[in-house]
Amino acid sequence: MTSTSSPPVSPPAGPPAARPFPRRMARDTGSPVLGGVAGGLAAHLGVPVLWVRAAFLVSSALGGTGLAFYVGLWLLVPADTRFERSTPGGEAATRGGRRPGRVRRAVDTGPAVALAALAIGAVLVVRATLGGGAVFWPVVLGAAGVALLWRQADEAQRERWLSPSGRLDPVQVVFGTGGWASYARVAAGLVLVLGALVVLSVSGGTFGEARIALVAALLGVTGLGLVVGPWVFRLAADLTAEREERVRSQERADVAAHLHDSVLQTLALIQRGAHDPATVSRLARSQERDLRSWLYAGESTDDASLAGALRAAAAEVEDSFGVTVDVVAVGDRPFGEALRPVVQATREAVTNAAKHAGTGRVDVYAEVSPTSVDVFVRDRGAGFDLAAVPDDRLGVRRSILDRMERHGGTAEVRSAPGEGTEIRLHLPLEEAL
Amino acid sequence: MSTTVPAPVPVVVVDDHAMFRSGVRAELAASGAGQVEVLAEAEDVDTAVRAIAAHRPRVVLLDVHLPGGGGVEVMRRAQGASPETRYLALSVSDAAEDVIGTIRGGARGYVTKTITGPELVSAVRRVADGDAVFSPRLAGFVLDAFAGSIEVAQVDEDLDRLTEREREVMRLIARGYAYKEVARELFISIKTVETHMSSVLRKLQLSSRHELTRWASDRRLL
Repeated sequence: MTSTSSPPVSPPAGPPAARPFPRRMARDTGSPVLGGVAGGLAAHLGVPVLWVRAAFLVSSALGGTGLAFYVGLWLLVPADTRFERSTPGGEAATRGGRRPGRVRRAVDTGPAVALAALAIGAVLVVRATLGGGAVFWPVVLGAAGVALLWRQADEAQRERWLSPSGRLDPVQVVFGTGGWASYARVAAGLVLVLGALVVLSVSGGTFGEARIALVAALLGVTGLGLVVGPWVFRLAADLTAEREERVRSQERADVAAHLHDSVLQTLALIQRGAHDPATVSRLARSQERDLRSWLYAGESTDDASLAGALRAAAAEVEDSFGVTVDVVAVGDRPFGEALRPVVQATREAVTNAAKHAGTGRVDVYAEVSPTSVDVFVRDRGAGFDLAAVPDDRLGVRRSILDRMERHGGTAEVRSAPGEGTEIRLHLPLEEAL
Repeated sequence: MSTTVPAPVPVVVVDDHAMFRSGVRAELAASGAGQVEVLAEAEDVDTAVRAIAAHRPRVVLLDVHLPGGGGVEVMRRAQGASPETRYLALSVSDAAEDVIGTIRGGARGYVTKTITGPELVSAVRRVADGDAVFSPRLAGFVLDAFAGSIEVAQVDEDLDRLTEREREVMRLIARGYAYKEVARELFISIKTVETHMSSVLRKLQLSSRHELTRWASDRRLL
């Protein structure tokens, strides 16, 4: 889906404004016109894909550098499928067919038709200006055939990556999961390449000579196949076995590690604390949060990003006071010193709500824009009258208010008895992202 | 709102975990007695489509991950047999792709499985009345998906952005406000709040922004 990324791991320490990962280009095999090179390059460079396509076309028409560049990138740049990582739960659901697959729409053929028309035009222009030598048509035919076969190789690779078995079937390697499109692509590609050979040999001289040349070429190919075939086949078999084993052992290791680390521990703790409903529900809640984020959310709870830090703070309060704290974050940015007061004030506010509100639930909503951070902490508990606040709670409130003001932000408390409380933290950001 | 409509809402529960289905059934019986009636259960896409065609429920509680292609597949295939049926997605998965994908597949709302019984009953009633149900998390996703740079040359501009009012409503929902509280905060009627929410839902489903489908995975890389 995404075309410019490696899997989400915590970025290394560095200046917060810097991009955490070196960006890697990948071909866009999700909705390619030809090889997905232009789409991938556009995403990588951050320019509209139309510009890239135009650049390729123009430079191809002027001497063919664009064409060579395109072919080279198609050969060398990996397809983005291999970067397509989801969360373990999401991937398991995809493998088990419990999530919808990708749907291709008829609209996608529009650009391909346009491209074909342009290509034919370009061929005719080249032929008109330069005149066709003996090799001209064979080269055009051969190139078209090879492009079709490469395209099929991409499709087959994509389907292989998505396939649940991890096995490498020789037929599957060529045709993917089948379908008339892949058969048609392979057949048309082969016909074009063979046609190129035939045209090349025919144009050389009489039909008799051409036949000899063709037979020689076929014999050569067959011989090569006999020599290399078994070797390729064994390599593929080894690869299959290795791949299957790796996939299985990784999955086993992941699941075992996670179950051991968390679920078993929690079950043990629950057995020990079975007499105390509050403890049990707190443990269950924290285990649920943990499993859910591991399986589905892909949301970090570490200090790498602001949202992660807020979630971590909420989780801590959740664990120590046995309340449910839901964090919803819109936008995110790398976590740094400048943002620490917001997180600390949020923790104070959530703690306050957990201690005094008397309900089991606190909502935290964080909105991060390039110029500011806004956090809202809300409970539907007892609430209080601001004018009649006892000193100790005023103290907590002060620690939120003062902290925010010291760091150039503002804090606002809205509450009334019986109405619940909402604390709003606002911190403007000076540094440009 | 339980007293205004006497007839219970007919519901089909679709989930591949039997334990969860019976849990939901028990909870709906306890908190929604007389308001919600569970007609049938189903465990995968095929049985769900059959059950929906047979019972024509008003509301389907639909799990997002289902054997046979997921909840989206159920909505697609049951459309013809029972076009009046509305769907409320219910899932353990908070993954953005799942949430947005299901809403775009036609669900009228999305709640997580940790929802309490009374909240679930009121969500079912709301969906049965044709309104949208947004959890705070879904509202957050919506804000995220529609946030930021709006390209100048969009195909359908009206659908590709939220109005200021809709954005405000979404922010309040994301902050944990109930509809009533949203209405009071913005000095509008509950009916207006519901109109805004339905309009946001429609935009989410019809918007042609292709970023909307890409957004989900990209945002994780920020």
